[in-house]
Amino acid sequence: MIYDVSIWAVIIFLSFVALVLGLSFYFARKTKSASSYYAAGGNIHWGVNGIAFAGDYLSAASFLGICGMIAYAGFDGFLYSIGYLAGWVVALFVVAEPLKRMGKFTFTDALDSKFNSRPVKLTAAISTLVVSLFYLIPQMVGAGDLVVPLLGLPHWVGVVIVGSIVILIVATAGMTSTTYVQFIKGGLLIIVTLILTFMILKKGLEKNPYDGYHHYETLTASFEGDQLILDDTTLTYSPELYVTGKNEFVKVEYKGNERYFQVVKGEDNTALLKESLSVTETKDGKMFYNGAPKTDRQFYQVGHIQRLVIDGKEVESSGALNPFSFLTGIEDSEMIIYKKGVFKDVDDKVTVYYPALVPGKTILKPGSYFKIVDGTIWDKINFLSLMLALFMGTSALPHVLIRYYTVPSQRAARKSTIVAIAAIGFFYILTLYLGLGAMVNGVNDMASSNMSGPLLAKSFGIGIFSIISAIAFATVLGTVSGLIVASSGAIAHDFMDKYLNKKMTDQIKVRAGKISAFAVGLIAIMLGIAFKGMNVSFLVGLAFAVAASANLPAIIMVIFWKKTTGKGVAASIITGITVSIGLILFSPTMFEMYGLAKEAAWFPIDNPGIISIPLSFLALVLVSLRTKSERVDK
Amino acid sequence: MLHGPAADLKDDKSADRKSKLGLKFFFVYLIVYVVFVMLCLFYPDFTGTRVAFGLNLAVLYGFFLIILAILMGFFYHLACSRLEDKLNEKGEEV
Repeated sequence: MIYDVSIWAVIIFLSFVALVLGLSFYFARKTKSASSYYAAGGNIHWGVNGIAFAGDYLSAASFLGICGMIAYAGFDGFLYSIGYLAGWVVALFVVAEPLKRMGKFTFTDALDSKFNSRPVKLTAAISTLVVSLFYLIPQMVGAGDLVVPLLGLPHWVGVVIVGSIVILIVATAGMTSTTYVQFIKGGLLIIVTLILTFMILKKGLEKNPYDGYHHYETLTASFEGDQLILDDTTLTYSPELYVTGKNEFVKVEYKGNERYFQVVKGEDNTALLKESLSVTETKDGKMFYNGAPKTDRQFYQVGHIQRLVIDGKEVESSGALNPFSFLTGIEDSEMIIYKKGVFKDVDDKVTVYYPALVPGKTILKPGSYFKIVDGTIWDKINFLSLMLALFMGTSALPHVLIRYYTVPSQRAARKSTIVAIAAIGFFYILTLYLGLGAMVNGVNDMASSNMSGPLLAKSFGIGIFSIISAIAFATVLGTVSGLIVASSGAIAHDFMDKYLNKKMTDQIKVRAGKISAFAVGLIAIMLGIAFKGMNVSFLVGLAFAVAASANLPAIIMVIFWKKTTGKGVAASIITGITVSIGLILFSPTMFEMYGLAKEAAWFPIDNPGIISIPLSFLALVLVSLRTKSERVDK
Repeated sequence: MLHGPAADLKDDKSADRKSKLGLKFFFVYLIVYVVFVMLCLFYPDFTGTRVAFGLNLAVLYGFFLIILAILMGFFYHLACSRLEDKLNEKGEEV
């Protein structure tokens, strides 16, 4: 859809960018040593670090991706929130303090502290880089999605803007400026999300989301044999029916545009034709939205309540609700949500979004997105694998782990983790209200599942939209900064300094870090453009699987198994990376990206963790046992 | 060669006991999490049962998991701080 650019959104966004760049240049003058560049000198207050943790962690996936997924599929999106938060339990109870004791600047330092092994240094540095790059993709995709409505610029421009600003932030002052950017952004994100939740509850639930909401038409028709005949004889339509899954569609010349209607067969050869949304990509790359160019603004926002029930009575609107009665109201009512289908119309690729009436009871229980009710055994394994990766992934993310080195003590590391859990947990509870608010308030843009949160804010006024968009942009800035610090540490500190054993002065180490940040930033920009259009929460789920497979087995075993050897750690990391990425490349979603049928995928599930995590553990144990002569305790 | 933490840490005599305590807390939470995942996986319809405050089991359990993580984190910190104060020299922050 087409978005109007708000001058306020631009002003607030530019002010925020000016603030973070000002901070970076201020701290740049103080950043002379490697310790201050990579670990903010180890002197950050635990409270600041805790909120910075939240700012680092609450990425585009949390704010944009989860809200979008809840808005499209209900409770299943909230499962991501639960999994992401539960992962912090592993971080706090199992890895936080040992890693703080063992490390210096990076996750590689901690893993290698017992071994001083070149294979560990190399593989841990590669793993940090790979996981960070995987995590960078969804952040950059989210940045591109945001810039479209905020500044009215194309997706790729958003990616380039974020990449450039982040390179500046990181290359000027490293971890210190990154910490304060994350602190400000984390705090603001939680406050503004809370305000937006209050607005949703104050408005309550309404059948008509807003004046001018486009209620979709239903036409009547009948079948004569296989031939579909429309009752309205003034309409022209193609005789052919297009099939996607179990659904059939007919193309109708409707109000001057070629539109697709879902054919719902009734009794006695009757049929209802339900107006659907469509995006048509022609052979020569032209795009049509509901049969018209994008600039004609024919692609409407969708999602509303069809039957609203409050306290057992059917009503038009509920008035203000409390956090419990809002959810009860949703559960008792019936919603129109839109489902996706794809088919070919001669040479054109048509993506249709058709309306489906869904009871609130179904929306607020698992099974709308994950096929765990009527799916195959592989669908169930896929769900299990995702929940495993989310639980294990947090404590294996290098950009999260390096934040433990910015505080002065283990107690401070622990306290900052608890602040982070409280802040992140509170935010995740709010995501349920934001997502459901978007679902029923007619704001969903079916062409971009990542925009539900900001578009919901827009329905409450341009002011809150401007603020929330600027913060969402800052959300990406904060997380990308952390990822680039982690990546530059992997290249300059772990690889060049430790692995290659280059004799570098403190100053040269900082310069190497800055050059690395620049290079990683450029790669991130290219990946962000290449992966346009994918749900960022789904992509982050994959990054978690890679992190949990590559890093967590090594971290756990180094801490708890005395027989672990350096070669065992290296084998575990290599196995984790190659198996998890290999399985992702052959997964159904990637096959769809390649333009192939999902069903033809060589690996039947999208989330590889359930296979790659145990294999990584197994590789560590087997190789450690075979190389026991290298054990540290000898 | 720059090994050792960015901030100088004192020797922590309570490290082993904190580690064991952390594992206990972890396994308690793990059990609660696994039960939730299994309910979602094998009894999704049952999780739609309304339980309390007008909320169904799925939503209530989800909120509970988030709040439980915060509470357990807080109590874990209290217990660890007590161990650190008891086993390390007075006034020494590890």
